[in-house]
Amino acid sequence: MAEFIQIIVSGLAAGSIYALAAVGFTLLWQASQTINFAQGEFVMLPAFFVLVGMTVFGLPLWPSVALALALSLLILGVAFKRLIVEPMLPHGTLPLVIATISLGLLMKESVKEFYGATAQPFPAIFPQTVYEIAGASVSMQDIGNLVVSMLAIGSLQLFLNRTRTGRCMQASAQNPAVAEILGVNVKRMVLYTFLINAGLATVASVLISPIYLAKFSNGETLGLVAFIAAIVGGFNQIRGALVGGLLIGVIDNLSAVYISAQYRSAMPLLLLIAIILLRPQGLLGTSEGRTV
Amino acid sequence: MIRLKPFLLLLGIAALVAAPIGQGNYIVYTLASWLIFSITAMGLNLTLGYAGQVSLAQAAFMGIGAYITALMTLNGIHWGLAVIVSIAASFAVGLLLGYPALRVQHHFLAFVTLAFNTLLFLVLRNEEEITGGSFGLVGMPRPSFFGITTDSNIAFYYFTLVCFVVSASAMWWILRSPWGRAFRALRENPIRAESLGLKVRRQTLLAFAIGSAFGGLAGALQAPLVQFIEPSSFALIHSLKILLMVVVGGSGFFFGPMLGAAVVILLPELLRFTEGYYLIIYSTLVIVLMVFSPTGLIGAGKKLAERFRPKHEARRDLKQGVQL
Repeated sequence: MAEFIQIIVSGLAAGSIYALAAVGFTLLWQASQTINFAQGEFVMLPAFFVLVGMTVFGLPLWPSVALALALSLLILGVAFKRLIVEPMLPHGTLPLVIATISLGLLMKESVKEFYGATAQPFPAIFPQTVYEIAGASVSMQDIGNLVVSMLAIGSLQLFLNRTRTGRCMQASAQNPAVAEILGVNVKRMVLYTFLINAGLATVASVLISPIYLAKFSNGETLGLVAFIAAIVGGFNQIRGALVGGLLIGVIDNLSAVYISAQYRSAMPLLLLIAIILLRPQGLLGTSEGRTV
Repeated sequence: MIRLKPFLLLLGIAALVAAPIGQGNYIVYTLASWLIFSITAMGLNLTLGYAGQVSLAQAAFMGIGAYITALMTLNGIHWGLAVIVSIAASFAVGLLLGYPALRVQHHFLAFVTLAFNTLLFLVLRNEEEITGGSFGLVGMPRPSFFGITTDSNIAFYYFTLVCFVVSASAMWWILRSPWGRAFRALRENPIRAESLGLKVRRQTLLAFAIGSAFGGLAGALQAPLVQFIEPSSFALIHSLKILLMVVVGGSGFFFGPMLGAAVVILLPELLRFTEGYYLIIYSTLVIVLMVFSPTGLIGAGKKLAERFRPKHEARRDLKQGVQL
């Protein structure tokens, strides 16, 4: 039982970080029909911005994180939208898919070439203490990750539902033409979405890198997991991406312990196939979702 | 213009025949590998460019073909039989995957194939007794026909070339048959196609399965070419690479996949002098190409040609139709 609790907690902690990436993924899809195949690399990159801040400029951890956030907003948010997504949107989804695949490759190879191919240790954000709760050892790090991601997603949800800008963003995603007529600056709202995605990626990066170490190839698995989480939860719902992320985290951990370590990464995929066959709109999704 | 085409085609084939003469082993090997990837990209082009479905498992179908061929030929069965089994197996798996996926909205095929590719990779890596696990399988014999062996690299290149020409002709025939025209009708206007009595789902499924079968054939050629196969040669990243070939070349154009495969296989070789930077340059080029010409290289070429070629204009006096 103690072991079970331990597995669930660390699964939820990992899953909440996946959820951050998955929520960003869903937002981009809603706002601009961008299937971002570079999402994993979006989570991989900010950690290296932090490391550059610390090693090259000699900054302490938190100013480096601020620097990474600023760089991510600029590069992964503004530049990604202006230079890549915007010119390609009129040509449909496929060229954009290819471009994001290449972008992921570009980011991965650039980090490998300009920073290093080995896994880099990343400073811990939370103290390394481990608590004993009902016989289960739960680390401060897991709790911290879970709390921070939940806060981030919770405040995003509040922002989208309770503020004027947030509701304008939702309107732009649901029906750009009508939103435009009603006086919403749709282009600006789409830009906000890209900025939020970059911000979420930075948070996810800072949380996950102390666990997995910062490595150029981290994006491969992260991107796939975010993708699966978004589809499992429901492609057109933030709540869906959240549930999907948590579910994948827990299932991943459970199957590693109770089923087979070799086929650990097969379980989320089987879940994905089952969901597509049985409930194609996702667990929480509504079926009116747009087609590609 | 129309008279020119068969001539150009013959010239192309002659160039392919002459290409490896006097070249080193490595170049012959690269050329053969280009032909193989052209076959698989042609298959994906049928799925993507003509039937409008994104498949992210083309490398997995190559894997199915390669492993079946490797296991059969290592056990002394002739390649000729192995290739038929490979093609049939990829076709069948394509049907099995596509049937449920195409039941729902059309982009779900992309997700299902993505999951399938990763699952197949795990199975190939973990079932060591059969597939050799991450060590892979080594030493597949190259086939021989009526006493003629294809053991030397150059002989195997010509053998691949024959397979390539046969499969390209088959693809040409498919696209010009009523089936192929139906595929294109689906892509251009699915609602209209359906109203004309086409079974949209059945046609799309067929296009996907045939495309997968081309992947199986390519795999069956890959195994004896490299004589070493391992799971990571058929991982998801390679499916994305094949997708890249089709789109970079120009999806929906007959010669798009061959051009795309040439770019994806040969460009890294050309950029090798830049050492570690070649993937960086390469991915930047692809992004730039996609931003400026989403229809790929052939699309860009056509646009450029139209700018210079005198326009073929209908007679002005007939423009309004005959008016009496």
